Amino acid sequence: METGFDIALALLLLCVGGWSVIARNMMTAVIVFIAYGLLLSLAWVRLHAIDVSLTEAAIGSGATGLLMVIAAHKVAGDTKRVVQLSRGFHVLAAVFAALVAVGIAALAFVLPGEPSSLAAPVLERLPDSGLGNPVAGVLFVFRSFDTLLEKVVLLLALIGVWALARDADWGGVPGLRLFRERHSVLTLLARTLPPIGFVFAIYMTWAGADVPGGAFQGGTVLAAMWILVMVAGVRRPPRISSPPLRLAIVAGPVVFLAIGFLGFLAPGAFLAYPEGFAKPLIVAMETALTLSIAVILGLLIAGPPKGEDAP
Amino acid sequence: MADLFTILAVTAGAVLFLAGTVGLLRFPGTLARLHALTKVDNLGLGLVVLGLMPQMGFLAAAKMLAVWLLVQLSGAIVTQILARSVRGGGER
Repeated sequence: METGFDIALALLLLCVGGWSVIARNMMTAVIVFIAYGLLLSLAWVRLHAIDVSLTEAAIGSGATGLLMVIAAHKVAGDTKRVVQLSRGFHVLAAVFAALVAVGIAALAFVLPGEPSSLAAPVLERLPDSGLGNPVAGVLFVFRSFDTLLEKVVLLLALIGVWALARDADWGGVPGLRLFRERHSVLTLLARTLPPIGFVFAIYMTWAGADVPGGAFQGGTVLAAMWILVMVAGVRRPPRISSPPLRLAIVAGPVVFLAIGFLGFLAPGAFLAYPEGFAKPLIVAMETALTLSIAVILGLLIAGPPKGEDAP
Repeated sequence: MADLFTILAVTAGAVLFLAGTVGLLRFPGTLARLHALTKVDNLGLGLVVLGLMPQMGFLAAAKMLAVWLLVQLSGAIVTQILARSVRGGGER
């Protein structure tokens, strides 16, 4: 019964993925891609990877989907900005994509017989960190350098989006305008949902130490609430030159780096935690990261700054 | 007894999901499709949640109820927004 469900889910994923690739209309392709992300998060649940599943649903499907909807909406009907690729180019891209897929599949089959897993040593040493969730343990204790770089990448992405602004608009208000006028029903949602989402986001971040959740998931929920408020027009996005905003953006990486360098003093290595202080330091990092992730994701969706009269 | 209730309620919910999906695919016009979709959101999910509640502890049941209420809120509002944009024009 369960195997049947898994096979059906895998087949559905393949079909929906294929549909998203061959869809003629760009908006159709984007919407099918969002559905694909939600199905993929179901697949992660079936693999008992709840943390990955939450991230896939929130980032892979939600935030990325919204970015692509906005992009597809912007270029729709604007033939000058849509590059028409020749058939040969499509075939070439398909051939290369297939080669990569076959290569990865082949590698999976020629791996050495005994798969080496670090799961057992991780679980053995996990109680030393004071954390109960092995995923949080790997992210903040065993592979914290990777996690730090991930957050810096988010920062770079935001700078990339801001770089699209015209010189005259630099430092101004992001040009997110989905509705021309205030929408009374949407305003209602933007006033009722954020209090619930806010509490839920804090819970998700806090609970991430012991059960699935954490800074990324909590930050995404916070970002979603902020985006809802901005889209409904209840609050305008802030100017990107605002100092509190800049501070919120760098808070996560700065706290992360500060605690990382603190490691040189006490245990004597970068990103090492002093004996007995691992849990409070990790919670401090997660709190700062949640704020930064929420603000960065919200600003990524809000787009580059744009003057009132700009097209 | 509780099991029988679960089977009946979840089956009824699943039938509504099926009917709503068929309606979404077959009904003419966006407003009629929305009409089919809202039944699934409200009653279909409500019946599934109601049916599963006796199988859980109090806390899990309360969580599922909260999920249903949130879907009610967002579903009703999204439907309103879609319907208004179909009728042309934002504020009315």
